[in-house]
Amino acid sequence: MDPSRKRRIRLVVALTAALLLAGALVYTSFSASSPAVQPSRLLASADSGRSYQLTGKVVDGSIEKRGNATLFRVRDRDGRASVPVRYVGAVPDPFKNGREVIVTVRKSGGLFVGEKDSLVTKCPSKFTDKPAAQS
Amino acid sequence: MDVLAPLIVIALLGVVVWLVSGPLRTGAGAADEAEGARRDDLEAAKEAKYREIRDAELDYRTGKLSQDDWRALDRELRAEAMDLLRRLDELG
Amino acid sequence: MAPVGQACLILALATCAYGIGASLYGARVGRRDWVASGRRSVYGLALLTSAAFAVLELAFLRSDFHFNVVATHSSTTTPAFYKAAAAWSSQEGSLLLWVWLLSLWSSLVLFLVRRRLRDVAPYATAVLLGFGAFFTALLVFKVSPFGTVASAPPEGSGLNPLLRHPSMMIHPPMLYSGYTLWAVPFAFAIGALVVRRVDADWIRATRRFALAAWFFLGIGILLGARWSYSELGWGGYWAWDPVENASLLPWLTGTAFLHSVMVQEKRGMLKVWNVSLILATGTLAVLGTFLVRSGILDSIHAFGASTLGVPFVSLIAAMIAGSVYLVVSRRAALRSEHRLDSLLSREAAFLGNNLVLVGLAFVVFWGTFFPLISEALTGTKAAVGPPWFNRYTVPLALVLVLLSGIGPVIAWRRATLANARRNFLRPATGALVVLVALLAFGVTGSVTALIMFVCASFVVGVLGQELWRGVGARRAMTSEGPARALINLVKRNRRRYGGYTVHLGMAVLFVGVAASSAFQHARDVRLVPRQTASVGGYQITYVRPTARVVDRDGVVERIALGAVLDVRKDGHEVGRLHTERGYYPSAAPFASGGLVRGLFEGEATSEVGMKAGLLRDVWTVIQPDPEYLSKVIAGVADRTADKPVAQQEKAVGGLIGVYQRGVFPAQFRLLVSPLVAWIWLGGLIVFAGGLIALWPAPDAARSRVRAGYAARVAQDLDRA
Repeated sequence: MDPSRKRRIRLVVALTAALLLAGALVYTSFSASSPAVQPSRLLASADSGRSYQLTGKVVDGSIEKRGNATLFRVRDRDGRASVPVRYVGAVPDPFKNGREVIVTVRKSGGLFVGEKDSLVTKCPSKFTDKPAAQS
Repeated sequence: MDVLAPLIVIALLGVVVWLVSGPLRTGAGAADEAEGARRDDLEAAKEAKYREIRDAELDYRTGKLSQDDWRALDRELRAEAMDLLRRLDELG
Repeated sequence: MAPVGQACLILALATCAYGIGASLYGARVGRRDWVASGRRSVYGLALLTSAAFAVLELAFLRSDFHFNVVATHSSTTTPAFYKAAAAWSSQEGSLLLWVWLLSLWSSLVLFLVRRRLRDVAPYATAVLLGFGAFFTALLVFKVSPFGTVASAPPEGSGLNPLLRHPSMMIHPPMLYSGYTLWAVPFAFAIGALVVRRVDADWIRATRRFALAAWFFLGIGILLGARWSYSELGWGGYWAWDPVENASLLPWLTGTAFLHSVMVQEKRGMLKVWNVSLILATGTLAVLGTFLVRSGILDSIHAFGASTLGVPFVSLIAAMIAGSVYLVVSRRAALRSEHRLDSLLSREAAFLGNNLVLVGLAFVVFWGTFFPLISEALTGTKAAVGPPWFNRYTVPLALVLVLLSGIGPVIAWRRATLANARRNFLRPATGALVVLVALLAFGVTGSVTALIMFVCASFVVGVLGQELWRGVGARRAMTSEGPARALINLVKRNRRRYGGYTVHLGMAVLFVGVAASSAFQHARDVRLVPRQTASVGGYQITYVRPTARVVDRDGVVERIALGAVLDVRKDGHEVGRLHTERGYYPSAAPFASGGLVRGLFEGEATSEVGMKAGLLRDVWTVIQPDPEYLSKVIAGVADRTADKPVAQQEKAVGGLIGVYQRGVFPAQFRLLVSPLVAWIWLGGLIVFAGGLIALWPAPDAARSRVRAGYAARVAQDLDRA
């Protein structure tokens, strides 16, 4: 087989392999992902057992500890709608009233149960153009 | 403070303008510099070629090149190095 | 002094504009004096940005609260080191740091190549000044660090306590050094493409800068991981968080670039690939700079939405468009001089390495931007988590480590069976022996970890063999002793052995990652004093609670409630852990109902208790039970809220006593992670290797000239 033909075959094989792998990647990303939603979306429509990535702010005064579980409510970033969340495990250091959080939850009855180790609390705003609010 | 600030700014402005206009004022010796530039480029290429020759020898001695392959490669690289030296000499 | 700083920035912007014009004009009409003037504008930029940065730093160090940024990011109680570093914890300061570093490296590279690459350099200068103009324009028109108020507030907001850690303060300058250093090869690649001079000259001229960029960016990333592990309360070092990923992307493509340029230098191949890689790396570096301040992705680091989105996206779009145009229009000049002869060759191994690294970059990129992609395609924003990332990056990492063992020893052009046997038989056998040993020791439970261990052993075997043979070869030529031969071998072949050291470090690092991920034991437990929990073969006992007040200059900085834990294994005492939770008072403690209550309404941070070891880390954080805590606090707070300050401070002291004597339950996260230290150790080895490769070679020309004279003297003597 002459070299240039061999090269072309190699190129085709390589490109096909790359495309297949990329395709697998893209496909699984859609099936393995959790929709990122705010509480108002969850209240409107949430399938039981499906996991969602909930983002929003912790409602002031809603944090309650029961044994090793933490119960709190998450509200829309700019809004009042809120959902109850039950999270088992250690909460991150910055977790407080009013902080922005991201947590992967599953609907279970009237509550949303947080997945282990999925609670992320955003560091309080640094790079904003507004002057820092009194913390 | 009120007088110091503008003075510092003017001083900095002056330094920058002086720095930047330097070549324009002296009208850089274009001809010599061109020579020097080509020489530097060739010198760098020569150094790189020497390194390649040494690398090839090390490859051979650590068993990554057979003796025949090395001899052929060495000949080729040395020829290229000699060509670079010749071009450097031509520059004077 | 603020107006001075502002004026410096305006002058800097003007200098950039002038320099771009001068360089391009000089290049077009062939006037060296204009080109030189353009180059000197870069020196001018460095001078001006240094002055501006100095003004900002001075303001921070003097706690001059007239400056807005100082008032919002520092305080009089912040220690001096953190005051200096607080300058770049702000948006404005970090952008100024970025352009200042850019001006320094640009000045350095243009000075070093001032007599070379005459055709390429002016365009490179224009590109570098273009970046300078962009960032100074942002600083002048959008986010000035020199905004002031007429009457300074008495105290500043202070630095977020989470950031009061040395790693966190060095982390941004390291990252930014990495990002800005990538701008140098990027600019020269653009210049080379513009003048169609795309042989290896521009690569050689900027190689050390590319290596330095890779070096600093890597340090920055590793520091971030170390901080996350030892300071944050989750016990992990990598979360596939968007901002972490954004810094990893240019590092991955940059690593690919450092390898593929070797193929271009040796065989004149992969020219299109190389320029595309470095152009992508530069663009990803700017993207990384942008992402951390953009707010477009949900991340633990996303510091709120900012108005810099439009300018940055425009810059990135311009970089992509310009790069694509240049590569496509110059593709004739970028044709390869040689072709790939065999799949079993070093060229192929390097190509494989590149494909894996770019593949990794693609996976990370896709996963990071998936929320935006899915929103664009399906209307719903969806996110993928660490399990998805791990599923694809782990196998790719395995292949990468394996290739790092094959690459250094496989022959160029075409590897023969004899060649393969000579070079791979012993390391492969060694790796098999390791496999058998691991299985015999019962290291089962994770196939991927096992494969990683075997691959890493293979790499170590190959490198050891290389060193052995190298020393042997040198001794055969020079009859030096083994130690001397080794030193000289490395000294005279810095790139090669520096590279080998890096591979060794990466192998060690990946072993650490594999072991600590696959064989970690974790438990979240609730303990009261004297209670014991069992984790990963260790018995951990909550010995007693601790409590203390930390104050600075007479002001309460934080109250730290913690615990002493006893660690035992098989009855032997292994060590003691001390972990605390620090409660920082809110900015207005008395406003929220007294000092006591105010103390517990500010930030809280964890002080990790850790017993680190070569073979495993025992790690813990404490979360004092809030229910119990609030009962105690409420009681004290209510009784003292209206009392004078001195009495409130005494009450705090009383609280300490109550906690120390009490039987307070607390939540503990307990981790036993094997071989975590190997990650940091591996990192150190990688950076040592980088330093070896970066180190300038001894002045070869001078020694050769002397040798020439010596030879002539000998000749003359002979003749006489």
